[in-house]
Amino acid sequence: MTTDPQQFPVSMRFLHWLMAAMVLTMLGIGVAMVASLADYHRLVSIHRPVGILILILVVIRFVNRRFSTLPPFPATMSSQERFIAHASEMLLYTLLFVQPLVGWGMLSAARYPIVLYGPLHLFPILPHSVMLYAALRKAHTVLAYLLFLAFIAHFGAVLFHTLILRDRLFSRMAPYRVPAR
Amino acid sequence: MPSDATPSTENQPAPLSVSSTLARLAGIGVVILWVVGGFLYLGGWFNPHELTPARFVNGFEKVYGIHSGFRRNHAKGVCVRGFFDSNGQGTRLSKAALFRTGRVPVIGRFSLGGGNPYVGDTPDAIRGLGLLFRLRDGEEWRTAMINRPVFPFNTPQAFYDNLIASQPDPNTHKPDPEKMAAFVASHPEFVRAAKIIQSHQVSSGFDNSTFNGLNAFRFINAADVSTPVRWSMVPVDAFKPEDTAQSANPDKNYLFDDFIARIHSAPVQWRLILTVGQPGDPTDDATIPWPEDREHVDAGTLTLDEVESEAPGNCRDINFDPLVLPVGIAPSDDPLLSARSAVYSQSFTRRAGEKKEPSAITPSDVRK
Repeated sequence: MTTDPQQFPVSMRFLHWLMAAMVLTMLGIGVAMVASLADYHRLVSIHRPVGILILILVVIRFVNRRFSTLPPFPATMSSQERFIAHASEMLLYTLLFVQPLVGWGMLSAARYPIVLYGPLHLFPILPHSVMLYAALRKAHTVLAYLLFLAFIAHFGAVLFHTLILRDRLFSRMAPYRVPAR
Repeated sequence: MPSDATPSTENQPAPLSVSSTLARLAGIGVVILWVVGGFLYLGGWFNPHELTPARFVNGFEKVYGIHSGFRRNHAKGVCVRGFFDSNGQGTRLSKAALFRTGRVPVIGRFSLGGGNPYVGDTPDAIRGLGLLFRLRDGEEWRTAMINRPVFPFNTPQAFYDNLIASQPDPNTHKPDPEKMAAFVASHPEFVRAAKIIQSHQVSSGFDNSTFNGLNAFRFINAADVSTPVRWSMVPVDAFKPEDTAQSANPDKNYLFDDFIARIHSAPVQWRLILTVGQPGDPTDDATIPWPEDREHVDAGTLTLDEVESEAPGNCRDINFDPLVLPVGIAPSDDPLLSARSAVYSQSFTRRAGEKKEPSAITPSDVRK
């Protein structure tokens, strides 16, 4: 039994997998709704509240991370790889925080009511300006593509470590308990 | 595994052979391609002929051209303001705060159908009225109505196909009769709706036009009973038929100018009439009128008392999305509703970022 944790704490792993499912769903809904006539309204009605939920969760997750003990990187990772891994994590955190804020901001600038569920809606965070809306709407698309690329890079890197290097990187974040050895 | 394995190498997996490494790399590639492909599929990349909001708006741009900063349809318009006085009668059908007795502010826009913002007014041009009711607690009700008794299309595809078929030929400046005939032949609902539309006499102006919501909605009351409803704004001003002298008027904005003169003389009013559907009344087909004997509920009075040219921050910068609804009003199964919301949003997004050209109805036109 070692004193060094080999896995992220349960709270961090739970938030990671919950948000992974939510973010992938949101990317899928986002790309589908802009191309759909029949399902547009239904999908937008899901997209708005889930986006705000992600904004809340990413803040909780970031704070939780600051107060948690993180497992070490596998010995196979060079300091350069560790830097890249850390930087990409920070990029993902940033994107997950900024993307819902841009969504909220663009709806505010367009002067749409920001309906979450039923009568529950958010206050606008920006003044009514269609030029601002247009810029933020574009940013929302660009950020979504960036988020998707960051996800693919993250996913690809984990697959590479797990299937080629087989260095137990995945077990650090595995959604189940992995016995230390 | 070597027989003399030490604890330090115990955790190290056996090295992969070259072929095994390549096979695993290929597997990773396949998984990633599958994920990317899934997203492209959701985004409609593999259905290039399916009608999307972007392709729908491209259709308007193809037929009418791109007029920088203007709506892709109902491009010509003027802004109005006023209020709605609810008489409480609507609460029987809907728990929406709008229907409780009291007054809420309203922003509106009168428009003409089509994507040309400088088109000359004509008697048969479609007249539109977009309204935004600002409820007390931050909720909104938005609606976009027209002066037609029924809608000529019951699917977004039919609307689009008609739009494309009606594109004027560059030589004759008229729609290709063959394309129109082909559309008509395959759309009996369009023919039936056109007959109903033609049987209705056009009024002399915006002020005495009835504006109909056409699509059915579900009204939900405090007991959670859902009722199909269609609504209309019925003018208080007496009906007067459009007179041929009006369209002979050299003023190409005669409908707008007449309305501006009318609103300056006194506020203009409409009654919000809710038509209560019965089981069996079609809620998914805006080309079919409901029977004449359906109950009508007068829910209150719309008063418009201010008019202004389209300008930053006023009705120009509002998307009259018909699915911005308060609690108590919900979409029906009409396929036009989600499509309208999607296409209006696409049009709004495109024009929002463009340079704004001045409106046909200028600030000096709206002065007293």
